[in-house]
Amino acid sequence: MATNETREFPGTYLFDSKMAKKGYGLNKMCYSFNNQEARDEFNADPDAYCDKFNLSDAQKVAIKEKDIIAMLREGGSIYYLAKYAGLLKLNMQDIGALQTGMSVDEFKDMLVKNGRGDV
Amino acid sequence: MANIIGGITTSHIPAIANAMANGLEETPYWKPFFDGYPPVRDWLNEKKPDVIILFYNDHGLEFFIDKKPTFAIGVADEYHNADEGWGIPTIPPVTGESELSWHIANSLVEDGFDMTICQEMKVDHGLTVPLNLMWPGYNYGHVKVIPVCINCEQHPMPQPKRTFVLGQAIGRAVASFEEDLNVVVFGTGGMSHQLDGERAGIINRKFDIECLDKLVTDPEDLTKYSNLDLVEIAGAQGVELNMLLAMRGTLIGQVKELHRNYHAPISNTGSGLMLLEHTMPEK
Ligand SMILES: [Fe+2]
Repeated sequence: MATNETREFPGTYLFDSKMAKKGYGLNKMCYSFNNQEARDEFNADPDAYCDKFNLSDAQKVAIKEKDIIAMLREGGSIYYLAKYAGLLKLNMQDIGALQTGMSVDEFKDMLVKNGRGDV
Repeated sequence: MANIIGGITTSHIPAIANAMANGLEETPYWKPFFDGYPPVRDWLNEKKPDVIILFYNDHGLEFFIDKKPTFAIGVADEYHNADEGWGIPTIPPVTGESELSWHIANSLVEDGFDMTICQEMKVDHGLTVPLNLMWPGYNYGHVKVIPVCINCEQHPMPQPKRTFVLGQAIGRAVASFEEDLNVVVFGTGGMSHQLDGERAGIINRKFDIECLDKLVTDPEDLTKYSNLDLVEIAGAQGVELNMLLAMRGTLIGQVKELHRNYHAPISNTGSGLMLLEHTMPEK
């Protein structure tokens, strides 16, 4: 394949050079959530904590509204966003449901169907 | 001479750590997954490998995107796990094997693989979950582990054809190590899954099973896929197939499949457990 090939995959936010640059502060903040002190500091004052990492307005809104798709669009990497999800006590099925607009049970049912190879 | 006696593919998702910490192995949801493991554990306990070379990816514990190694190898005597932010238990230290690690690192760079060489690295669930799966109750302290970390988080990431030849180079490096050591190689992660976006939740059972088949009989055929092909076919995190391919690359002699258990879903992914016995090529 060509060195700089890009391809669009609908419903997929490839974490590439553009996203890595755009989402740097957002991901850096989420990376900090590996530490309990950082999670406590965020919980005490989310806005101030976002400012510490120079989040853009769009990123701050996405964080405030727990809008995973918006975070991805603003350069979030799912691996770091997962740490924010952890802080919110959400698991991967909760996150899947939020992103696909399904209920958590509907999302889990889809996983079971996909796992069986029904689709 | 050091001798690779086998290769194992296994899932490494954090949900497994939670299931084990909460004693859920026998629940209907988890049983079909955990039931696959006893034969592999028995084989490991019988063969008693001295060293495990473990391919995994770091999901944001040791490495951030400030400096993101494409390939990293640990050369430490000990590795530590730490809080990953979502509440899976932090587990006891992992024993390292610095001499063989350095030998592999030297040999790889000589061979054209420009590794990041780490004397300290925190190891995340990608490495710790498989160890605890094979030696439950955190009873892995006796086995020496060499972590090899592959970037699967940020594009550009190494292509399947590259990770496969990295594996081959590690296989050759092990074969050229003087000391008599028995080595087993773990390829962890995968299989098809996607965590992000509106497309989250895809699992491609047919492709996963095809990959497991090919890993036994014709691994080179899998190197025809690019990472973007894998994203399309197996989801954004389907690129973790790279760790399985790297493992298979190290098996430069004859392989025989001893055990397999494919089960999907666990959490958001398909799980492919496979045990391959390996006979080193004649010198
Ligand atoms: Fe992973």
